[in-house]
Amino acid sequence: MFELTALELSTAISSKQIGVEEALSAYFKSIETEDGKYNSFLSLSKEAALTKAREIQKRIDAGERISPLAGVPIAIKDNISTKDIETTCASKALSGYVPVYNATVVDKLEEAGMIVVGKLNMDEFAMGGSSETGYMGPVRNPWDSYRVAGGSSGGSAAAIAAGMVPLALGTDTGGSIRQPCSFCGTTGIKPTYGAVSRYGLIAYASSLDQIGPMGKNLEDCATLLSIISGPDEKDGTCIIEKPFEFEQSDSNSLDGMIIGIPKNYYEGGIDNSVKTSVLAAARKLEEAGARLEEFEMPLMEYMIPTYYVIACAEASSNLSRFDGLKYGHYTSDSDELSDFYRNSRSEGFGMEIKRRIMLGSFVLSSGYYDAYYKKALQARRLIKDAYDSLFQRYDMIISPVAPTTAYKIGENIDDPLKMYMGDIYTVSINLAGLPAVSLPCGFDENKLPIGFQLIGKAFSEPTLVKAGKTYQLINN
Amino acid sequence: MSNTTFETVIGLEIHAELSTRSKIFCGCSNSFGAMPNTNVCPICSGMPGALPMLNRTVLEYAIRAGLALNCEIADRTVFDRKNYFYPDLPKAYQISQLYSPICTNGFMEIETNDYIKTIGIREIHMEEDAGKLIHDIANDSTLMDFNRCGVPLLEIVTNPDFNSSDEVIAFLEILRETLLYLDICDCKMEEGSLRVDVNLSMHLHGSELGTRTEMKNLNSFKAISRAIEFESARQQKILMAGGVVTQETRRWNDNIGISVAMRSKENAQDYRYFPEPDLLPIFIDEHWLEEIKTSQPELAHEKRIRYIDSYAISPNDAAILTTHMNISILFEALSSQSGEPIESARLIIGEILRLLSQSGTQADDLSIDVSKLSTLIDYVLSGKINRNVYKEAIEAVFTSDVDPVSYIEDKGLMMLDDYSTCQEAAKVVIANNPDAASDYLSGKDKAFGFLVGQTMQLLKGKGNPELVRKALEEELLLH
Repeated sequence: MFELTALELSTAISSKQIGVEEALSAYFKSIETEDGKYNSFLSLSKEAALTKAREIQKRIDAGERISPLAGVPIAIKDNISTKDIETTCASKALSGYVPVYNATVVDKLEEAGMIVVGKLNMDEFAMGGSSETGYMGPVRNPWDSYRVAGGSSGGSAAAIAAGMVPLALGTDTGGSIRQPCSFCGTTGIKPTYGAVSRYGLIAYASSLDQIGPMGKNLEDCATLLSIISGPDEKDGTCIIEKPFEFEQSDSNSLDGMIIGIPKNYYEGGIDNSVKTSVLAAARKLEEAGARLEEFEMPLMEYMIPTYYVIACAEASSNLSRFDGLKYGHYTSDSDELSDFYRNSRSEGFGMEIKRRIMLGSFVLSSGYYDAYYKKALQARRLIKDAYDSLFQRYDMIISPVAPTTAYKIGENIDDPLKMYMGDIYTVSINLAGLPAVSLPCGFDENKLPIGFQLIGKAFSEPTLVKAGKTYQLINN
Repeated sequence: MSNTTFETVIGLEIHAELSTRSKIFCGCSNSFGAMPNTNVCPICSGMPGALPMLNRTVLEYAIRAGLALNCEIADRTVFDRKNYFYPDLPKAYQISQLYSPICTNGFMEIETNDYIKTIGIREIHMEEDAGKLIHDIANDSTLMDFNRCGVPLLEIVTNPDFNSSDEVIAFLEILRETLLYLDICDCKMEEGSLRVDVNLSMHLHGSELGTRTEMKNLNSFKAISRAIEFESARQQKILMAGGVVTQETRRWNDNIGISVAMRSKENAQDYRYFPEPDLLPIFIDEHWLEEIKTSQPELAHEKRIRYIDSYAISPNDAAILTTHMNISILFEALSSQSGEPIESARLIIGEILRLLSQSGTQADDLSIDVSKLSTLIDYVLSGKINRNVYKEAIEAVFTSDVDPVSYIEDKGLMMLDDYSTCQEAAKVVIANNPDAASDYLSGKDKAFGFLVGQTMQLLKGKGNPELVRKALEEELLLH
């Protein structure tokens, strides 16, 4: 059963080959026996899930067609609010915090009859690319448990790769869905900014964050995206007009499609195996009818600095509310208010969080705003404009997701700059608010998965999904 | 330095709580005085992951205020975050406006005893209020009430154009009246729905502006006036002695009548403002702006001019009638229904305002049946009742909402127009009061009033006053 895709499982459920509760129990068993090795779950919601499973079974038995993924178990990254289920962002600062409300996406999953099994480990507050910084310890990569699962949605990718759950929600601020997919051999979609409601997503960088689906293949992910996307009266930045609809296409032809290859992405700083696999994937798309064209990606040296200035600035403000007064961890060592704040936050946040809060506070502070934050906004605009003009020529761009495959746990943790450089291919997509799909495309010499991404213009998810599905079909 | 004259320079920062039904960024009720932490939700209490959505009525009210204060209305406006830690601010940032406020560059004319002056309005911006901390001294603890979090505020910032407390008060009176007429703020300083901070500095006439202080905790116009006098004197004393004024925030203590330093500029916080990423920039639709412009209510000074010009009301009465919007509404309704603006003004100023103050009722809480008052105007002007009955009936309508027609008929208060009845009554009164009668005849006019009163009393107040006087005069001559 763990080999089944989410859509295959839901077909098996609706055709009564397997019961909802039976499937769910099998997944829980798998989590209980397997996850000790991977540390991908932070909490489980077994009782509520079983109750929900029985309810869904009744409705299916009564002939109700709830949704294409009804009865399918799903796990959720721990920065997405789940009513009555502890939501910690893998941070001591939020330990014990149980939301009183559901994120909009969680409500949508429940309406679709999906079963929430638990919450997934991640980098603390989604800040990182290795899922090592959470206070409950690192996530381990199912392909090699001495290696990282990628991040920050590492728990989501590992849980899928290990067969503990067929689908998961991740979030992507600078690559946090795509990179762990690449490291764990799973598939994910980073939707267009404004396609999926952020209401209930505990913000890292509000203008960059998006929730997206992660799964075994693109068809599952697209189906889940059609469920969670759409406008939300609680999120004014969610500007999409209606949920995505992904048509079943009979043809596998990509005739007439022009795919851009940013040739400077393949020069220096990239593993040879990654380069070879991604270019091989590009040729598969060419075989399916697409035309490949090389171009020079502009502004590359500005992408990482622009991203870190903007993301950290927003983070410094977003994380201010964790002051110990209302929820989560608070200090027992304080004589006055300023001590209370300082000690609660110092005890609650990990190193990487502190680094980014300090960086963000600095770039927003009086006298530095114009030199850093405002400059970064201007650079962001240039990056967005550059993509706009590229997409006048290309239907999509193919690129690596990360310059390397999964590295060893602890290998980069003390070298933040090296870690930040791992985001070189992903952050500009968030800065420009664009969609991208991340797909596995082979293995390196250590049998570690490699991924590539297809990037499109805003709200071009259907085009990206068509191309990505074609790739996965002809590659099987 | 003998001819040294210090000039006071004052600018104001005014916070007005908007009287929208719901809060600025969520659906919680915006009402004052609810049980602590009952008007709260994940959004206004700053729960992780919650997002703000702008209440469009707040934007409309901000534009209305801007138009009334002759401001330019931005076609694109943006919210910013103001970051600071304090327990009454659950998100640890206030959503406000710094870089692109909704209204800029306005002005308002003020009138003091002997001159007219224009005060510049630098900007008006929208923001959310913070919560309230309640210090429980008995238990040595502080409690948080988030009900006020997210209450919509307008911050109105003037230019430093004031030179005296009189000018400040004149401005605040017009501003208060304007906000009340726009019906966007109830302006109750005691409840904190209108809060004024005073920025004040002193300089020698013609020289550069001096160092300013900011004064807070001013809870009435009187306190503002006193605080300005105190601060001017304090700064002048420092400067005269060759000292330097410290830039600081001061807290006014109205009980003692002094201000005390709260924090100096060295301790000023860096608020790290930046554009609020959770709210998209707002573009003001031209047609919508046009709709707002055409539906702006008539403001008090506009009403006064109209009352004087088209109703021939005296400037003094026009001012009284427009002090409260509710009163002007009553006046306009009564004038139009009765067709008698002068008598309507007389009724309201002479009777209704007196009854309001007697009963301790606020003008805002006044509700009275206009058609009943209109009937009484018709009755008194057509001679069906006399003025005494008129007043009595108005009071009965005011206090018990009686039907004036049946009230008058049941009590038999219709004016007594039968001359012989008046004559009979006059005879009885004269016979019973021989002293007064002879006083009158010996030239003491005062006695006549007494006799009229006695006769009216005998007629149970409903005698036609003209007939009563005529009967008395005739009978006294015969006496």
